[in-house]
Amino acid sequence: MKAISIEFPGVKALTDVDFHTLAGRAHALIGANGAGKSTLMKVLSGAYNHYTGEIWLNGKHAPIRSPKDAKDNGIQIVYQEVDTVLIPNLTVGENIMMEQTVHNMKGRHMISWKQLHRSAQDVLNRLNVKVPTRKLVQELTLAEKQMVLIARAVSMECRFLVLDEPTAPLSHNETEQLFRLVGQLKSEGVGVIFISHRLPELYEICDDITIMRDGKLVVRDEIGRMSQQQIALHMLGAKLDGQFPKKERSIGEKWFEAKSIRDAGKVKDVDLFIRRGEIVGLAGLVGAGKTELCRALFGASSASSGDVYLQGRKLRIRSPHQAVKNGLALVPEERRREGIFVDESVTDNITAAVLSRFTKWGSWLSAAREKNASASIISDLGIKTPSGAAKVRNLSGGNQQKVAIGKWLLVDADVYIFDEPTKGVDVGAKRDIYDLVAELASRGKCILYASSEMSEMMGITDRMYVMYDGGVIKELETKHTNEEEILLYSTGGLLT
Amino acid sequence: MKAAEANRSPKGFNFFDFLYKYGTLITILLLVAVFGTMTDNFLNGANIINILRSIAIVTIIATGLTVSLSVGGFDLSVGSTASVSNALVISMFVWHGQSVGVGIVVSIAFCLVIGLINAFLVINFKIQDMLMTLATMFIFQGVALTYTRGATISQNMIMPNGDFATGVIPDSFGKLGEVPWIIIIMLLVVAVVHLFLTYTKHGRYMYMIGGNPEAAKLSGIAVGKYRLIAYLVSALFAAIGGIVLGARVMNAEVNAGGPYLMDAVAAAFIGYSVLGAGKPNAFGTFAGAVLIGILSNGLIMLSVPYYAMDIVKGSVLALALAITYYKRKH
Repeated sequence: MKAISIEFPGVKALTDVDFHTLAGRAHALIGANGAGKSTLMKVLSGAYNHYTGEIWLNGKHAPIRSPKDAKDNGIQIVYQEVDTVLIPNLTVGENIMMEQTVHNMKGRHMISWKQLHRSAQDVLNRLNVKVPTRKLVQELTLAEKQMVLIARAVSMECRFLVLDEPTAPLSHNETEQLFRLVGQLKSEGVGVIFISHRLPELYEICDDITIMRDGKLVVRDEIGRMSQQQIALHMLGAKLDGQFPKKERSIGEKWFEAKSIRDAGKVKDVDLFIRRGEIVGLAGLVGAGKTELCRALFGASSASSGDVYLQGRKLRIRSPHQAVKNGLALVPEERRREGIFVDESVTDNITAAVLSRFTKWGSWLSAAREKNASASIISDLGIKTPSGAAKVRNLSGGNQQKVAIGKWLLVDADVYIFDEPTKGVDVGAKRDIYDLVAELASRGKCILYASSEMSEMMGITDRMYVMYDGGVIKELETKHTNEEEILLYSTGGLLT
Repeated sequence: MKAAEANRSPKGFNFFDFLYKYGTLITILLLVAVFGTMTDNFLNGANIINILRSIAIVTIIATGLTVSLSVGGFDLSVGSTASVSNALVISMFVWHGQSVGVGIVVSIAFCLVIGLINAFLVINFKIQDMLMTLATMFIFQGVALTYTRGATISQNMIMPNGDFATGVIPDSFGKLGEVPWIIIIMLLVVAVVHLFLTYTKHGRYMYMIGGNPEAAKLSGIAVGKYRLIAYLVSALFAAIGGIVLGARVMNAEVNAGGPYLMDAVAAAFIGYSVLGAGKPNAFGTFAGAVLIGILSNGLIMLSVPYYAMDIVKGSVLALALAITYYKRKH
């Protein structure tokens, strides 16, 4: 791939990226969140057609502009969200042979089940994967689903296989299984491009590495010639200064504490505490379990367990309803799905969590008092909206996020949990949000701030817990650490 | 986003938005004008009262359904619930010789139990509301049938042992089914639910749950509790609908409430778009019921045969849904 650039409205996602890899080798493609890895691979697989630059395969110019072009050229991609591309109520065999069933059936209308399952079985045999072809996909484990997807990819002509963070949801054993498969493919001469956030495993299976940052290629080398520390350094690059508020707060005694928090799937025995007026970071890369931990603390995930204390008093939190009553607030990551009501007005959104305060005669709402309260929040946060009566649907992403946060400012909770509050927010609004978080802390609130941006961790927190694979693996004082160290722990480095 | 917003809501006139907001009301006015000029009796007072009376029961049941829709639910069992309440209230008088008060209290209490069962099933098993209440619709239709042993309950009916039933339906009960009371009850129900949904915090919570259940949950709203309340309210109004139906016809026919389900669904969905609400609302539901009522009444006056009526009704609903869902996407 030569001089690939692509722009989206308002963002230049890739700038003149050159990327090349060889058949029969595994190539690691890494970078911090938003570095452009996935975008680059989407260009390669034909998901975008408005890029500039050229793609060459085997010394030939290959103009890939659609997923079909990519497939015709033998480029297959396995995305992280396996469930979006598998059909759960069909069998393994049907899923593996889906492309053939769709594209190679011209003029024919009858499916030969025997032949379909036999071909599927052949593919699985070739890969040494033991999954019955007549089993329904919905009965498979996540790892098996990935195997099925890889099988689908290699059932067609496959010269390059892109695996987008395949190991993030997998257990250790399942990862081993996947690596065996990658080894097998390599020996067959397939070039594998492997996107991952976990540094140690890259050394196990990859031969080459390309590091990206801010939509640009930083370095390309053989992976054996680079240490984990060097990789972390390349991923980070220069820092931005001056976008974070100053830290001049007095931090009080221990106020909020959580012990051995776990949930049904991801979170494993997490202990943490927050002092009054302290901003505690929850660092870790995407998929480390930060969101799950936040939800478990807030009583929003099923089958979570563990004890939560506020001022030494044990809280009973089995639902978000109880969490709010006990003085907790959560600004969730997926604001559109979890944080706001897009069809309601800004005012209705802002007062949603404290409606009882705007009632008279029991339950009757006072529109005037609601309007006053929301007007003050709108001006405090600088929410850009024509009026409080405008529907949230019509606001920009950053302003929607401010609405989601503004809702909790009225609540006056003791503990604020922010989950990626600046995700998808422009720079100016980010600064507003940082100020707001700092302001809350200076009012003596406990803040838990989950983010996968290392610079945010350094800029805004006082102390942080680094999460990796569902557990807290390190507690760091912000004063005595740096981004490289956080990233190193986040990627599971220095573990062994 | 900003630019898009500016493009989307210009100062100028957007014909489609206008149609969306006022389409139902304009259609009602148009129908009134057309029927008024084509027939002699359509616009006289007696006929207008007649129309209102004919839509009263549908409106009451549809208003309850609207509340279940507001939390993102869908109570398909309202027709069966009305049948149960209808059979119970009449049987209380005819079989057991009870007073008006007892009859009404018993049937409402039993229907609230139905609401409780619906809510329990929907909330605890996380089954799609429409499917679950489809099942309970059959169950309670069967309960009503079994209770009446598949027969119509009326005064002086023949009991299984060969005697005549001795109980009488009190005259004061019959008043509920007559003008003006039947219309007053309907207007009261619509007004109360409209105020409840629009001006109380409970109503606000319900709309929020309907709009985004996950965000509602994370805002600390007791989602389960409000869904329970919605199903109770839905069953309550279905019960009132069944009682008023009993008072109007003074008997309990087999599955008397069943036919009201589809009209109620139609009224509630036509109501989504009224005045641009974009969500289930009591006033819209009333407008929807009025539209259906006027259509039926006017078409009868124009001597359109009754068996062709459903074609028109279905077409109106299809049109209303097309407008609502088209609007949602754009």
